[in-house]
Amino acid sequence: MIRVMYFARLRDQLGSPGEQIEAPPATLGALVDQLAARGDDWAEAFSGSVLMAVNQEMADRDTPLAEGDEVAFFPPVTGG
Amino acid sequence: MRVHIAVQTDPFDSGAEIARLAASNHAIGGIASFIGVVRGHNRVGGREAEISTLTLEHYPGMTEKALARIVDSACERWPLQGVTVIHRVGELQLGEPIVLVLTASAHRQAAFEACEYIMDILKTEAPFWKKERLPDGSERWVDARETDSEAAARWLR
Repeated sequence: MIRVMYFARLRDQLGSPGEQIEAPPATLGALVDQLAARGDDWAEAFSGSVLMAVNQEMADRDTPLAEGDEVAFFPPVTGG
Repeated sequence: MRVHIAVQTDPFDSGAEIARLAASNHAIGGIASFIGVVRGHNRVGGREAEISTLTLEHYPGMTEKALARIVDSACERWPLQGVTVIHRVGELQLGEPIVLVLTASAHRQAAFEACEYIMDILKTEAPFWKKERLPDGSERWVDARETDSEAAARWLR
């Protein structure tokens, strides 16, 4: 099981702050594809510029996923 | 060397933070500072609009790690004697301070450059997001600016 979190505009678009996923695929890219295939809202949310982190470190589609990982998806940052 | 990093809803006292940093180490010869404040208007999608409040969201845990990494990289690059980064989250009113960056060094050039570097990298790498409320009550997420990416990229050249 992994924990998935959605932040800011992405959370609003998906209507969810996050979820647990029981049997995640092997890579982050495969997880994105799986989420984007859930429906139009999901496909649209993941079609834009979405940043990804695994265990609070920036990650990319090739990043492998392991049991217990914390995955986060969010838009480009706007702090400061 | 004193490194102080905080993410908080409470306001900060810039004067007290400067005094604390200045007193921490007698090798310090200068402190550069940047304070970001909530601006009353913003351009989004070509539309200039007045805003009434700003709400900052962040990714607890990752934010602190990202700020620590940014400060570490500044310390590798310049001979710094101390760094303070305080970033607020939650709902902020116009004119309120959002972020404080202090960089202390023996001489001014390192302090000035490191302060600018930390802000430039923070704006593109630390997981904070701004949401504006307009006077009519509507809300909109602030888009990332291309000019911020360019400002961060120039340090990588």
